[in-house]
Amino acid sequence: MSAHVRPGWMETPRPVTQAGKAVALVVVVLLVCVPFLVILSTSLASQREVVANGGWVLWPQDPTLKAYRDILDGGIVTHALGVSAGVTVVGTLLSLACTVTLAYALSRPGVFGGRPVLLLILFTFLFPPGMIPNYLLVKELGLLDSYASLVLPVLVNVFNLVVLRGFFQGIPEELYEAARLDGAGDLRILWSIVLPLSKAALAVVGLFYAVGYWNSWFYASLYLESDHWPLQQVLRTYVIAGTGLTDTTTGEGTVNAPQTIQMAVLVIATVPILLLYPFLQKYFTKGVLTGAIKS
Amino acid sequence: MFLLLVPGLAYFLVFHYGALVGNVIAFKEYVPFDGIWRSPWVGLGNFQRMFEDGEFWHAVFNTLWIAVLQLVFYFPVPLALALLLHSLTWSTVRRFVQSVTYLPHFISWVIVVALFQQVLGDTGMVNSYLGDAGLSTVDIIGNPDAFKPLTVLQVIWKDAGWGTIIFLAALSQVDEQQYEAAAIDGAGPWLRFWHVTLPAIRPVIVLLLILRLGDILSVGFEQMLLQRDSVGPGAAEIIDTFVYYQGIVGGDYGFAAAAGLFKGLVGALLVYAANKVAHRLGEQGVYR
Repeated sequence: MSAHVRPGWMETPRPVTQAGKAVALVVVVLLVCVPFLVILSTSLASQREVVANGGWVLWPQDPTLKAYRDILDGGIVTHALGVSAGVTVVGTLLSLACTVTLAYALSRPGVFGGRPVLLLILFTFLFPPGMIPNYLLVKELGLLDSYASLVLPVLVNVFNLVVLRGFFQGIPEELYEAARLDGAGDLRILWSIVLPLSKAALAVVGLFYAVGYWNSWFYASLYLESDHWPLQQVLRTYVIAGTGLTDTTTGEGTVNAPQTIQMAVLVIATVPILLLYPFLQKYFTKGVLTGAIKS
Repeated sequence: MFLLLVPGLAYFLVFHYGALVGNVIAFKEYVPFDGIWRSPWVGLGNFQRMFEDGEFWHAVFNTLWIAVLQLVFYFPVPLALALLLHSLTWSTVRRFVQSVTYLPHFISWVIVVALFQQVLGDTGMVNSYLGDAGLSTVDIIGNPDAFKPLTVLQVIWKDAGWGTIIFLAALSQVDEQQYEAAAIDGAGPWLRFWHVTLPAIRPVIVLLLILRLGDILSVGFEQMLLQRDSVGPGAAEIIDTFVYYQGIVGGDYGFAAAAGLFKGLVGALLVYAANKVAHRLGEQGVYR
């Protein structure tokens, strides 16, 4: 694809317009990037530099990984990181399995109960049950203080379900017929035909689930005791509410400015998203989402 | 094939319809020892208390006020950004800016709030630059008076880029020949925008407005809950946080569930009504 093509009928913009656009774009990009740069730099700076500069650093003079070594050396943050990673991986796999099977069954015509089930599900979108009944339900099911309480209540997301169902419906009917003539059953068709053709949609939906599980903190604060908290809830307590962190993690709170440690936790909570993001980007271009939004 | 429906269907039956039935607690006085079913009925007592509760109406007021601020100051931003991005003919730059601006959508509210503290707080970056330049500093973080505008800024930072997707999709659907024909007829950029671009994306704008109006009783629960402690309930209490503090924190489950149920019912009615209005206006609406 060739960059920078202007259609013949369009007038060449005036330099003022072009300069204005350029400035606007640079400002937008900086507004997004600078906060990330500040937390990264502060997490890499030494305590003395951060204090001397009033609590933050834009560019560390003498970068050090001390803050990271401290928090990854066992203790609360290390444990929380493990919890977050575990919940994200297991949750994403379970969610994908349930969403895929449901979306597949709902995408095929003439499935027994298909239509009423679809309406039943879409209705939950219009009328969510509410926080208190959800909480009492989790309590009565005996899921309090279990990691299952972070996954089961949010197992299938209606939007993701609709995206996948739309994608499955776009697969040509001839492929199903051909597979059926070859003697393949429903599960076989799902596994050998539908899933391989839906890699892009599966990737997007899987990444949405993963980001959701990774970023989730409210349910953890609702259902879990503090020694089982995932990273985001730890971050919330220690960075936003400003409760001390250094003492409990390293036992030597004076060595590192809490600020550098707080920022290191922030960075660690952000990095997985940054790592997943290029993959998400790659599949946006395939139009999975825009196709789904239009339907 | 029906078996494939079962796990997902079971989830919706248990965790949506099961919880939906649990709303009966709104008509009861919850006694922890008795559970939902054996707790005593109080009829509409919880609702009556709610309607007489000044704090509840204050939460409703805050919710609507924040929603209106967002509608006025947030809603146009993704549209403007989408128009700017769409006008770029250099696709490498366009894709780069898109990638950068989508990113904050995937960052958790915990991190967004922490980032704003870091940049706009008392000892944050902006204030230390202002201080160094001898200017007066801005008191935004932890200031109840600045809280509502701050939440709009946060929503803009987090979601304006992501919000462009749907507008960009609509813009890319416009037939290039219409622009060309208009240009040949002597229409400049503004006339083309007014007569070609705007009519083409109007259905999307109306659709999004309907969805937003239907959802007007929800304004960023996580966002408000995270910052309620620092600015107090006067500025940050919305319906959802009211439910949370009355029920989960206060243990008054029946009362809190009544407030939640009220919100759910009014919300569903609003979506339905907004949809009707859209049909009346000749737009497609959400449900056909």
